[in-house]
Amino acid sequence: MRRLNWERVVSVLLISPSAIAIAVFVYGFIGFTGFVSLSKWDSLLPDFTLAGLHNYRSLFAHPRFQIDLRNTVAFTLLFLISCLVIGLLLAVLLDRRIKGEGLFRSIYLFPMAISFIVTGVVWRWLLNPGTLEAGSTGVNLLFDRLGLGFLKWGWFTDPTVLYIHPESGIGQLLQQVGLGALATRNFGMSVGIISVVLAATWQMSGYTMALYLAGLRSIPEELREAARVDGASELQILRHVVLPLLQPITLSAVIILGHISLKIYDLVVAMTGPGPGFATDVPAYFMWETTFEGNHFARGASIAIVLLVMIAVLIVPYLVYSIRTEAKI
Amino acid sequence: MSTRMEKRRVRWQRVLLYCVLTAFAAFYLMPVYVLLITGMKGFAEVSPYRMWDLPSGLHFDSFTRAWVGSPGEFRGLSGNFMNSVYLTVPATLISAMLGSINGYVLAKWKFRGSDVLFPLLLFGMFIPYQSVLIPLMHTLSKLHLYGTIPGLIFVHVVYGIPITTLIFRNYYAAVPTDLVEAARIDGANIFGVYRHVLFPLSMPGFVVVMIWQFTSIWNDFLFAVTVTGNPEVQPITVALNNLAGSFVVEWNVQMAGALLTALPTLLVYIFLGRFFMRGLMAGALKG
Repeated sequence: MRRLNWERVVSVLLISPSAIAIAVFVYGFIGFTGFVSLSKWDSLLPDFTLAGLHNYRSLFAHPRFQIDLRNTVAFTLLFLISCLVIGLLLAVLLDRRIKGEGLFRSIYLFPMAISFIVTGVVWRWLLNPGTLEAGSTGVNLLFDRLGLGFLKWGWFTDPTVLYIHPESGIGQLLQQVGLGALATRNFGMSVGIISVVLAATWQMSGYTMALYLAGLRSIPEELREAARVDGASELQILRHVVLPLLQPITLSAVIILGHISLKIYDLVVAMTGPGPGFATDVPAYFMWETTFEGNHFARGASIAIVLLVMIAVLIVPYLVYSIRTEAKI
Repeated sequence: MSTRMEKRRVRWQRVLLYCVLTAFAAFYLMPVYVLLITGMKGFAEVSPYRMWDLPSGLHFDSFTRAWVGSPGEFRGLSGNFMNSVYLTVPATLISAMLGSINGYVLAKWKFRGSDVLFPLLLFGMFIPYQSVLIPLMHTLSKLHLYGTIPGLIFVHVVYGIPITTLIFRNYYAAVPTDLVEAARIDGANIFGVYRHVLFPLSMPGFVVVMIWQFTSIWNDFLFAVTVTGNPEVQPITVALNNLAGSFVVEWNVQMAGALLTALPTLLVYIFLGRFFMRGLMAGALKG
């Protein structure tokens, strides 16, 4: 009994340096950032006079931050949809006894090993549209060569914002039902962000492919065989047998990709910067610039806290759910 | 008759299947193609308007220029490459050791509160690091670690605790408790069980964790750019971003620099891909 006791103490001692480090560097620092976000610290000299929620109010009223939120929503939706669709498609195709499956898999997945900075530098050149006078470059040049010139466009240099025009039929309908706000630029989408989505999808879609493929391989063949005997077509099997069983994987992928896309920063830095009219700006970029270049520490802290809250809403229920279901097993 | 048509239909389906797979492979390889051919072009033939053309011969001038730099014009990446090595290797080793110890305790020495501690640790893996940068910068300057490689090592070790602990805990949880019990009966204490039972079985776990940490620390940009301001101590991702943002640096030199930056993690992926995959799956918790 005594031996058991000293070992209990040792086990707690072994883990306590890490526990203390996380307590200070994660939770303590988040607390400090939260405190800064309520202060008046707006220059190199710290000023901890409390300002209440002033920073948050001015942040949400800031045109750049409103554009950033709009971009985050558009980026996250497009990125999630394209990664899930491409990942599922590739996994389903690869699961059909393909010769050279290992090679295909490695090719689809290798971008995961590369830094977002490298990806950004390469895709910036690939999607550089060129100029009218000097000619096209990058992918636009490729389109020219392949006779697909109609596909050319300005990529991340395009400042266009798509939104429901208030004068249009749908816009007027929305206004009549009291949702007129939806028919404004604030709920639009900068088309420039599509270029960043393309590069991010290039990097991360192999990951969803790998997740789905592992999921497909864990479905017993007898299940599909039974459906086949019942006369179901391959498409029906996919729709009614396979897809429902893959739902937990889709959930994992949405959580992982979603939290990456909410805090995306490196890729934007290396690829486009804020873009024309902040077409490719994101909250993480605004945070770094306003904090470490503009010395608006309180505003930067409030952006960081908004980011944290968005991610916590996504992650915390998932963590709780994962640990609960694990405990049952 | 109908079976022959059926066979033909199936064969066409296979052809179509391989076409789609190959088209996607071309999409994923396209940037690599451009990186390689541009890096190998001579300075005379580099023009973005001839981006897709093959080089006339093999030239390695761009790689030399990206590596060495050009005095008075821009810094080469060689020094920053070495900075990344000095940062990544110790940080990877230390965080793997820490993760192994934490994982051991959480898997085999559960104590009251360990079920609460574990999710609290895990949350640290998902936070946007922007939410800790301001106090982190000030703490590091108080500790005289701001702007130094040891400072960055410290940061990566601390914020690597959640993922390394998670991977090792799941790995050790799969080790049968009977093995531990047997060693206990033979008189092994908490250290003995680790040294003689768990640690010798840990090799695959260490490989997975070290590959994961190596890749994420090498590829990190946010901590690197926040903690190091001086070009002399910056890791390679920051240096590449500066190189690519400079107007005096030719396009082919930027591409060569990007390839140099990507090379170490790509090599790890090519030679140890299987273990890389396991790390990815661990990142999705239960996958």
